[in-house]
Amino acid sequence: MARALIHVPPTAKRGEVIEIKTLISHVMETGYRIGVTGAPIPRDIIDQFVCTYNGEEVFRARLFPAIAANPFISFFTVATDSGTLAFSWTDQHGKTQVETAQITVE
Amino acid sequence: MRAFNAALLFLPLISTFVAAQAADIPMNERKSGSAFIGPDTKAMQDDDTINPGMLAVLDGEALWTEKAGAAAKSCADCHGDAKATMRGVAARYPAFVQALGRPVDLEQWINMSRTEDQKAEPLPFESKELLALAAYIARQSHGMPIAVAADAQTKPFIDAGRDIFERRAGQLNLACALCHDDNWGKRLAGNLVPQAHPTGYPIYRLEWQELGSLQRRLRSCMSAMRAEPYDFGALELVDLELYLMWRARGMPLEAPAVRP
Amino acid sequence: MPDGNPRSRRDFLKVAGVVAGCGALARVTIRPAAATPAMLADAIRGVVGEAPVSKGKVTIEIPPIVENGNSVPCAVSVDSPMTATDYVKAIHVFNEKNPQPYVISIGLGPRAGRASFSTRIRLADSQTVTAIAELSDGTFWSDGVDVIVTLAACIEETTH
Repeated sequence: MARALIHVPPTAKRGEVIEIKTLISHVMETGYRIGVTGAPIPRDIIDQFVCTYNGEEVFRARLFPAIAANPFISFFTVATDSGTLAFSWTDQHGKTQVETAQITVE
Repeated sequence: MRAFNAALLFLPLISTFVAAQAADIPMNERKSGSAFIGPDTKAMQDDDTINPGMLAVLDGEALWTEKAGAAAKSCADCHGDAKATMRGVAARYPAFVQALGRPVDLEQWINMSRTEDQKAEPLPFESKELLALAAYIARQSHGMPIAVAADAQTKPFIDAGRDIFERRAGQLNLACALCHDDNWGKRLAGNLVPQAHPTGYPIYRLEWQELGSLQRRLRSCMSAMRAEPYDFGALELVDLELYLMWRARGMPLEAPAVRP
Repeated sequence: MPDGNPRSRRDFLKVAGVVAGCGALARVTIRPAAATPAMLADAIRGVVGEAPVSKGKVTIEIPPIVENGNSVPCAVSVDSPMTATDYVKAIHVFNEKNPQPYVISIGLGPRAGRASFSTRIRLADSQTVTAIAELSDGTFWSDGVDVIVTLAACIEETTH
């Protein structure tokens, strides 16, 4: 499991637009770097990031090798109800990691 | 060791050039590497929610409570809550160890605990685990002044480190002091030359795209100077670290820092 | 690069998938050291088709001079009320001189509240970064920023 750092405000007012910051540990190997053997190091990237809010998708990103190592993505969403924000990162091999955060909306 | 012998060969030549006209940077003119980076890099460093080095700090926090070795002990089993027990520790390393009769740096001290107390294998230099523990421990000294002092025991090693810092070496015949004492603030290629204070280690270096140690940075610079870099764990590197931390005494620690 | 231009905007993601998949095949072919203007044009056409792209509404925030091309902060925002009937559907970011032209593609909806995101990207050289936003009414808007990328003074050899 890669280390992830997620920042979601723990509470928000209903209708407020909140900022969410996500950071995950991943080398995002481009496939263009030449290794010590002289051969390119194979591409190994996270290529999909999805955020759902109580099960409904609110943000999606398709990542390419041009995204820096340890991908950082911050975005906005409307605080609608209390509940769970789920963040999933999927790599090019189809492996997915999911992290969650709770939010209380008044 | 090879580099040290090679340097000896050139000693007669070097002594004809005065060992770098280096004057020490006056204490009140000392600036952390943070003063020489762009505003965006600084912003990345100052915000815990976006600093990539914090991922390693979190890894270190997890490792702190993980049992290891034949003794099946975790760091926490002896050292308790790191926030309390590790407070100020990184700020006074490298530290003199009586049993060895010389200073060791933080990574070496972590490995000594691993082998002697946890009865576990030492963690390899620059391994993710060792860096994570070093980052977590260094984080507990965040904002605290560097507290490496010169005393009867440490002075010979500080002097040995200063010697390395001021001695010309390599194909370009450069000494660390030439850039970092005499020409800090000027530009080398796209970057500003900093004063080389190790206030932020382990650092997340954008060039590396990962966290790395002071020894890695020193070796990298020596290669760039076209000098043979000392091996990881070499006594010379620890002496140099000790000198650099002493030179930066009183400056606040800011680990994990972000550098270009 | 992908064989056959995508016929519609929806094909963009499929194309992007092929591009990523081509990584496996392309290793045995000669890979261009940098993207060509034609690759960038193809990539943009894959998003917009033949629709016109107007300058405006989109703002890229990126430092004009970058200390290290390995990690460049890049934020894009689009002027939009983000209501159920008037919102930004997607934001696509492209580059000009990396080995391939795509950077990131964002999918949004009215629940976003604000059409804005921030990330850190890699830029291989000084170049223009382009962002194209697709609105719910089917129109496309863009912004482009020139970035100067400086190289580090001391470059370490890859050790892995």
